[in-house]
Amino acid sequence: MSHPSTYEPKTGIERWLDSRLPIVRFSADILSFPTPRNLNYWYTFGGILSFCLVVQIVTGIVLAMHYDPSGTGAFLSVERGIMRDVNYGWLIRGIHANGASMFFVAVYLHILRGIYYGSYKAPREVLWLLGCVIYVLMMATAFMGYVLPWGQMSFWGAKVITNLIGALPLVGKPITTLLWGGFSVDDPTLNRFFSLHYLLPFVIAAVVALHVWALHVPGNNNPTGVNVKSDTDTVAFHPYYTVKDGFAITLFMIMFAVFVFYLPDALGKADNAIPANPLVTPAHIVPEWYLLPFYAILRAIPDKLIGVLALGGSIGMLFALPWIDRSHVKSMRYRPTARMYFFIWIVAVAFLGWCGSQEPDGKLIPGLESFNLIDYPINSVTWLSRFSALYYFGYFVIVFFLGLYEKPLPVPDSLYTPVLKPSAVAAPAE
Amino acid sequence: MAESLTQSVSDPANAVDPSRRDFIHIAATAAAAGGVVAVAWPLIDQLNPAADTLALATLEYDLSKVALGQEVTISWRKQPVFIRHRTPKEIADARAADHGQLKDPETDAARVKAGKEQWLILLASCTHLGCVPTFGGGDYAGWLCPCHGSVYDTSGRIRKGPAPKNLYVPDYAFLSDTKIKIG
Ligand code: HEM
Ligand code: FES
Repeated sequence: MSHPSTYEPKTGIERWLDSRLPIVRFSADILSFPTPRNLNYWYTFGGILSFCLVVQIVTGIVLAMHYDPSGTGAFLSVERGIMRDVNYGWLIRGIHANGASMFFVAVYLHILRGIYYGSYKAPREVLWLLGCVIYVLMMATAFMGYVLPWGQMSFWGAKVITNLIGALPLVGKPITTLLWGGFSVDDPTLNRFFSLHYLLPFVIAAVVALHVWALHVPGNNNPTGVNVKSDTDTVAFHPYYTVKDGFAITLFMIMFAVFVFYLPDALGKADNAIPANPLVTPAHIVPEWYLLPFYAILRAIPDKLIGVLALGGSIGMLFALPWIDRSHVKSMRYRPTARMYFFIWIVAVAFLGWCGSQEPDGKLIPGLESFNLIDYPINSVTWLSRFSALYYFGYFVIVFFLGLYEKPLPVPDSLYTPVLKPSAVAAPAE
Repeated sequence: MAESLTQSVSDPANAVDPSRRDFIHIAATAAAAGGVVAVAWPLIDQLNPAADTLALATLEYDLSKVALGQEVTISWRKQPVFIRHRTPKEIADARAADHGQLKDPETDAARVKAGKEQWLILLASCTHLGCVPTFGGGDYAGWLCPCHGSVYDTSGRIRKGPAPKNLYVPDYAFLSDTKIKIG
């Protein structure tokens, strides 16, 4: 912990423990951690994400008690056992299945928050990289979890995603065989995915611990991006942010509950209620919503290897961001040009997400005839994905040049001037 | 490195023989590295297909069950296989495209057995990412893959979309006029 410890053991037992395992001191220091006083609600998603991880682990361990990871048993153990026979099984699965989506809602807002306020910049690069690692692990975990109910979408999703790795030269095929344990996705695949799906959340928990550690060394960034300069810039994490995070978690739980109780299948696909059939691919296969933008990038490119590399590169861009953006101003509050390109980027990601859910030759504007550009009509989902994907990557090039040439607005000299003296902000910085 | 070695050898106060100590370091590190590899390999190789999975036998199939213009999908080594009884038009279409612009050039004749052009036996895995294409879709009267829109012609050759290769023709032989053995 980078701030000096203020913990004073009060009782004899605490003193005894403090000189042997200072765990109470450790917790007390986390609670008293000096936190910028101007954090807004976008900063509550860290707490919300921790909540999501605990929910997934608790419900997951319970599901694992009733789940049978075999090709013949998996579908029945979920759809009949857990959904119909196990007491409250429907509830626990509803929480776990929708919980994965909630987890991704939170992680996306958390990441966008980080980009907007420049939280990836020095000295928080390691913090940012660990966050990207968590995100990749989450995608792997959610993907393998989705395979477990062994429905049609589970099976074909597993097939397509494992085959993605097969596109890599030389190592691709052997790795795919290692994942499958056979000639195709089959029982051995399901078994090992279950084992890994159980393991990875605990790996995530460990990386989260590192992430929080890396947060507590430089401390939080804040909406102004201006560094904390004195004690008056901060308040103790508890009670100020425990209460703020708690309130946000409560609101989040309400939204979560609406899905679990009123729309339990809204985010799922009906095809997954059909048992896996290795001989028939569903007419329209799509991944879960949180993977759609990447899926659209993959489909946009007519070459298998380049498509797979672009998909990997789209996530790789996030890892590289701290070294792409050279601007010394962190927060986009003071970077109107960057902000504009960033908002367009969010729109491009949304377009990609929508395209990912549509048929590749589906029309954008129904009824409008259009000409063929290379292989698809210009009025097609494929071309919208191509333009959006181009912007997705182009954004990072733009950000690089903006960092060099953009003229930012004056930055306030302290993080609370915009709150206490709004008029002072408009004045140029000294 | 070499410098510091000679230095300490010539230094009488430092009487330990450095080359012997180096040897112990290198030997210990090498033994540990060897040990790690020796343990890692079984842990990785266990993921490869087990003997019972590999033992999946060949498959015999009676073609007389498939009427003209019909297609069946059967399972061979847990992989879907198409058996298509092609109509003369499908064969003619495929042959007409033999020298057209093909992404993965191959003649139709090379994909079927001579004298048995009506039987097209294909691994029903899209060479893009492995979905099972559906017959009758796409611009080439062959297969359309529902996953990312790859289009195959009536010879199972890739014509459009992200797939790089033609649908694979598995090893098979005619045992009699109407019976084949795959694998
Ligand atoms: C990062 C945390 C986790 C995420 C994002 C996650 C995600 C998922 C997803 C998306 C599904 C498919 C839900 C469905 O459609 O039914 C699933 C299923 C499952 N998960 Fe998890 N999971 C997590 C943690 C865990 C843990 C820690 C365990 C066990 C210890 C677990 C055990 C299971 C089991 C047994 C199933 C199959 C039953 C079912 O489909 O409902 N999960 N998980
Ligand atoms: S799997 Fe067939 S087009 Fe992608």
